[in-house]
Amino acid sequence: MEFHETTLENGLTVIAELNPAAQSVATGVFVRTGSRDETEDVSGVSHFLEHMAFKGNDVYTADDVNRIFDELGANYNASTSEEVTQFYAAILPEYLPNAVEMLSTLLYPSLRQDDFEMEKNVILEEIGMYDDQPTFTAYEQAMQAHFPTHPLGRKILGTNDSVSALTAESMRQYHADHYRTGNMVLVVAGRADWDDVCRLVEEHCGSFPGGRIERDTSAPPVGGQTQVIERPSSLQQHVMQLAPAPAADHRLRYAAELLGVIVGDHSSSRLYWELVDPGHAESADLAYNDYDGTGTWLTYLGCRPETVSENLERIHSVYEKVNREGISPTELEQAQNRIASAIVLRSERPMGRLGALGINWVYLGQYRSVQDDLDTVAGITVDDIGQLLAEYPLDAVSTATVGPLSSL
Amino acid sequence: MSSTATIHTLDNGLTVIVEPMRDVRSAAFSFLLPAGSVHDPQGRNGTAAILSDLVLRGAGSLDSRQLTATLDNLGLQRSESVGVKHLGFSGATVADRLPQALAVYGDILRKPHLPADQFDAVREGLEMTLRAMQDEPRQRLMVELRRHCFPSPWGTPTYGQLEQLSDISSADVVDHYRQLVRPNGAILGVAGGVEPEDILPVIEEAFGGWEQVPETELVDGEYTPVIEHIAHDSTQTHIGIAFEAVPYRHEDYYTAWASVGVLSGGMSARLFTEVRERRGLCYSISAVLNSLPYHARVLAYAGTTAERAQETLDVTLAEMQRLAEGIEPGELERCQARAKSALIMEQESTISRAGSVARDWFHLGRVTTLDEVRGKIESLTVDTVLDYIHAHPARDFTVVTIGPESLEVSGGIS
Repeated sequence: MEFHETTLENGLTVIAELNPAAQSVATGVFVRTGSRDETEDVSGVSHFLEHMAFKGNDVYTADDVNRIFDELGANYNASTSEEVTQFYAAILPEYLPNAVEMLSTLLYPSLRQDDFEMEKNVILEEIGMYDDQPTFTAYEQAMQAHFPTHPLGRKILGTNDSVSALTAESMRQYHADHYRTGNMVLVVAGRADWDDVCRLVEEHCGSFPGGRIERDTSAPPVGGQTQVIERPSSLQQHVMQLAPAPAADHRLRYAAELLGVIVGDHSSSRLYWELVDPGHAESADLAYNDYDGTGTWLTYLGCRPETVSENLERIHSVYEKVNREGISPTELEQAQNRIASAIVLRSERPMGRLGALGINWVYLGQYRSVQDDLDTVAGITVDDIGQLLAEYPLDAVSTATVGPLSSL
Repeated sequence: MSSTATIHTLDNGLTVIVEPMRDVRSAAFSFLLPAGSVHDPQGRNGTAAILSDLVLRGAGSLDSRQLTATLDNLGLQRSESVGVKHLGFSGATVADRLPQALAVYGDILRKPHLPADQFDAVREGLEMTLRAMQDEPRQRLMVELRRHCFPSPWGTPTYGQLEQLSDISSADVVDHYRQLVRPNGAILGVAGGVEPEDILPVIEEAFGGWEQVPETELVDGEYTPVIEHIAHDSTQTHIGIAFEAVPYRHEDYYTAWASVGVLSGGMSARLFTEVRERRGLCYSISAVLNSLPYHARVLAYAGTTAERAQETLDVTLAEMQRLAEGIEPGELERCQARAKSALIMEQESTISRAGSVARDWFHLGRVTTLDEVRGKIESLTVDTVLDYIHAHPARDFTVVTIGPESLEVSGGIS
């Protein structure tokens, strides 16, 4: 594995972790933009824009874009989160030139009016699809309850109303503001030649507009609200709860990931043994999510409506005990072994490395090798977890629930 | 890139396939045990699913928590699955820990405690899983579609049926284990940073003394295509469509695969282009070729709001039938490019390879080499694919919908 980094004259940063033994190469662009960067009147525009990326530019039509990616045999797609929009493709090494050209096409689409109107229907259907998934609905509502006055609390997809009201003109403006080289990084992982990479990005990305838009990363106020979405015909009750946790650049971020596994992993954790193994709940998980300037402990409970109260009590007891007594060295070691093995497995594929490389760069501005991650995980101590719990105790501050219950 | 798999059959019938891989630190295994839901006792659908959970709650000298801790400490990324034909147990970890992991699985499969005092908890867990699936119309739809489009018992829901769970007893699960979790007919695929001469003795030690159990035969029932609507107060109408195709073991399998690829193999394929890109009718639309040992179906899904649902169904069915009118060389070439690329990328995943060699053995009784598969993909022509489509046209559809309103399945096609 060798790491390379360069910055083009227009300010675009290019990073690569090259592995001559890999069978494939993965490449992607990570744009530091998402729903938290939107104002309320354009809620959903980042995600809608990600769809419009595939509609082509002056050279390629929408049909061309999908056809060419398929001709390369590419495994390609895009995604939008609260804070990052990413476009990526894994291909055989000989197709890297085509893939870089197509990625550059995705980033600066024409945003034609008729494509915009047609794709709006697709977005509204996507909103409808998630509406039929109670866990997704509960997650969206919990984020709103936790960040009621901050854009992190808004839905990534926007709402039926906000998407319907969106205009192509406002999307063009958002695109011009956010799709600047200072807001992105182009990443290559797998089998490629660094000189080739440099030549390709210069050719296809050298004219991207420079500049950077700043994001307010001060910690948002926490709402602590409770939202109840009543679905009388549902059989199960879904509860999502949020509480403050370390931000993405916090030194205890890895400790938080480990604690999430120890307390709330779905197959062998404190919550698993207390709630799932005895058959009290179908799911009881704790996850750690990190953002710029803030983070969350996300608790998910799925169970029969009539047992929600007692199960929330059980979760509360588990959290109280962990906050009071911390965790044991044995638990920590078990979690370290699991995470280390997961890191090794994920890293064997260029596609698995791509995401880690891109996200580390966007959030930390640094390269971390697989060994760096393994060393960090191995170096976390029971004391680190103690400090973490002192600063960010496990808790449930904001709540949303979807199911037959009319109150919690 | 020819396969270097070593195949070894233990005296008790367990088939072991070991495929060493270059440049990987991990190793993976995939067990296929002929104990899936198709073998659930009549009226007690869910027995296999309960077993797949209960079997991990203690084995050999380890109780449930000790067993889990042991596997976690080995860094094993594990998963259990309940299929129609098989119970699956798979895992991956760094290669030098694989022998210990396989030894633990020797105890899990041969000496599980199947604790009676935990049966109720497991059954309740499964009941909640099924209730959660009822709340998710897309999941429910695919279960119903499979149930209707395959001849019985091959459409038996893998996770059971709510109304049958209470009839399942702890003794049923123990019986299911004793009759069906056996070495004869079971397959173990291993792939990654291991050598056959090192790992085969470990496997022999862990599974060599496992005793055979006579096999039972399944009898296929009737199958008639049906049109069914299930009322649900969902936002979208969820549409499932199925029609007959040829299974993996059939000589025309790759032409069948290509015909489904033209329909739904990528974002330039017909369904995505015509239903989503040109008409904006839905977000999610796809079709896959699903193969059981002797039966196969094309299974398609589309989800769309009620006012667009009828047009979505009509356009989707029309596209399926339009295949017979011809396909462009470029459409086939894109399928071939995707297949070639997928084959090579599979070489980067020990988990994928372990699963593939085990599945190959089950369906074909041998392991296909990558060269052989590539040869078959490259030899496809527009004419051979069209010949397949004409011999196996898209018709006699099973259509299941879930949503606020039922749809019309237009005439002349069922």
